[in-house]
Amino acid sequence: MTEPAISVAGLRKNFGSIVALDGIDFEVPPGTVFGLLGPNGAGKTTAVRILTTILNPDGGTAKVLGRDVTKDQNFVRCSIGLAGQFAAVDENLTGSENLRLIGRLTHMPRDLIKARVDELLERFDLTEAASRPSKTYSGGMKRRLDVAAALVHRPPVLFLDEPTTGLDPAGRADVWEMVEELVTDGTTVLLTTQYLEEADRLAEQLAVVDHGKVIASGSPAKLKASIGNTVIDLGFSSKAAAKRAATALAKVAKPQLDTTVVEITTKDGARLLPDALRVLNTARIKPTTINLREPSLDDVFLALTGHKAEEEVSAT
Amino acid sequence: MSATTTLDKPTATSTSLVRQERSKLSWAVADGLAVTWRNLIAITRIPDAMFFSSIQPVMFILLFRYVFGGAIQTPGFRYVDYLMPGIFVQTIAFGAIGTAVGLADDMGKGLIERFRSLPMARSAVLVGRTTADLVRNVWVIILMTGVGLLVGFRIHNGLLGFLAGVGILLLFSYAVAWGFATIGLMASSGETAQLMVFPVLMPLTFASGAFVPVATMPGWLQTFARNQPVTAVVDATRALMNGGVPTAEPVFRALAWSIGLLAVLAPLAVARYRKAV
Repeated sequence: MTEPAISVAGLRKNFGSIVALDGIDFEVPPGTVFGLLGPNGAGKTTAVRILTTILNPDGGTAKVLGRDVTKDQNFVRCSIGLAGQFAAVDENLTGSENLRLIGRLTHMPRDLIKARVDELLERFDLTEAASRPSKTYSGGMKRRLDVAAALVHRPPVLFLDEPTTGLDPAGRADVWEMVEELVTDGTTVLLTTQYLEEADRLAEQLAVVDHGKVIASGSPAKLKASIGNTVIDLGFSSKAAAKRAATALAKVAKPQLDTTVVEITTKDGARLLPDALRVLNTARIKPTTINLREPSLDDVFLALTGHKAEEEVSAT
Repeated sequence: MSATTTLDKPTATSTSLVRQERSKLSWAVADGLAVTWRNLIAITRIPDAMFFSSIQPVMFILLFRYVFGGAIQTPGFRYVDYLMPGIFVQTIAFGAIGTAVGLADDMGKGLIERFRSLPMARSAVLVGRTTADLVRNVWVIILMTGVGLLVGFRIHNGLLGFLAGVGILLLFSYAVAWGFATIGLMASSGETAQLMVFPVLMPLTFASGAFVPVATMPGWLQTFARNQPVTAVVDATRALMNGGVPTAEPVFRALAWSIGLLAVLAPLAVARYRKAV
C-alpha cells in the first residue's frame, strides 16, 4: 500500500478551556481530494493550521508525506501550499509581484520564478491583470490569485481552507474546476468546506467533523446513502398543525419537526411521498407547501448528531 | 530534481520546486530583503498615505517653531536648533506606528498565516517590515531637514556631526520599530494597534527633553524624563548636530538604550511571530 500523503492520528488541540480538536484521525491517499466537512467551529481550520505547521498540536500526530509536521517543519513547509479562508494576497502588489514574492520566499531558483509566475498567471486567467495592483481585482480574481500563490513552488500537497466561501456561483465553479485539474495532475488536496454539495462534487473521501471529532467518514455517496438521498419538506400553516402531522407521519417515516415544517429524509422519495400524503389526508391535515430536495449538510448533521449544523456557529 | 517549469506532472510524492542549499543565515537575509522589497513597493503604491504622513511632522515643526517657540527658553541654543533634534526623534518614534499597523493589517488579511506556512525565515516578516520603515524614516528625515532649514535651522557642527546624529536617530527608530512590531502582532486590527501604541508614545516623547528643557519640569517628572530613551537620544542628537557641548556621554547613553532595546525587543517580536495566527 502506498504511504498516505496526509495522515492524522489522535490529533488534539485546546485553546484554553475550548477543545478545538478532540482526537481526530484520517488519512489521505496521494493524488486524491479529501474533504473535511463541518460547520463553523467544528475544528476544520485548526486541523489545517496544524498540518501547515502554523499551530502545534497538544496531542496526537500529523504527518505530511510521511514526515511529522512538528519535527520536520522545513520539509513540510517546502511540500505544501495553503490557501486560507481569505484571499491572503498583498493588495498593494500586482498579481505578478504577489506570485514572485512567494517564489522568492519558497526559495525557488531565481531563473525559474519568472517562468513559473507567467505560467500560473496564464493558467488562472490573470495574465491581463498581472500588472495591476490586486486591490483592483474582483473577489473571484483575488481568490484565483490566492490559490495561484499557494502553487508557486509546485507543492505536491495543497490545503484549501473553505476555498469557495464568499464566492458567487461562477467563482465557485472556477475553483472547483481548478481543483479537479490539479488532482488530475497528481496533486493531493485537502479541502475544508461547509457545503455538502462542494464536498460531493470534489472529494473522493470525506470526514464529517463536529465538536473536534470525526463523526462519520467515507465516500460522499456512502455518506448520503447512509442517511437517505431525498429530503421531503412539508410546510404547514401552524406549529400545532405541523406537530399533529409529524405524529401522524411517524407511521410511515421518521419525521423531524422544525417549527412549521416537517422534514423526512428517505432513501426512496418517490415511494414515500404518496404514502405520506395519504396519511396526512386521512388525518385531515393539509400541507401548505411540499418540497423535494437533495440532503444538505444540515440534514447530514441532523441525521448524524441530532442537531443542526448552524446551531454550532458560536464556537471558534 | 529536474528544473522544468511545467505545472503538468508533479508526482504525488515529489518534492516541490524548492531549493535548500544555502545556509540558514543567508536565507534569513534573502527572505528579509524579499519582504522589505514587498513593503517598499506597497509604500510607492499608496503615495497619498506617504504624502499625508509627511504633513504631520512638517506641521509640528511649524507649530513649535512659531507658536510655542517664543515662550520656551533654551539657554545656549536658538530654539529652532534646540527643537529640530527633538522633532526628529518624536517623528521617527511616532513613525513606528506604521510598523505596528502594517503588521496588524498583515495579520488581519491572513498574510502572516500564509507566510508562516512557507519555508521562509521566521524573522523575515519582521525584518522586512522594520527595514522598510527604516527606509521610510530616511526619507522623512531628509524632508524634515529641508523644512527645518527653511525656518532657520542650521547645522553648526559640520555635516559629519549632523550625519552621526541621523545615524543615532535611525538606530533608535529601528529599535522602537521592533517593540511596536510585537504590539502590532498582538492587536486585533490596524486601528487597535494604533490605539495601543499611543499610551506608550505620548509620555515618552512629550515628557522628555525633546521640546523643552527637562530642568523646567517638576522634580518627579524630571526623574522620569532624564532616565528614559527619548531624552537620551534627543540629547545625543542635539549634541552631535549643534556641537558646543560634550558628545561622548550622551552618545554612549543613546547607543546603550538603542542597542539594549533592540536586543530585548527583537527576540520578543520573533517569539510573538512564531505564535501569531
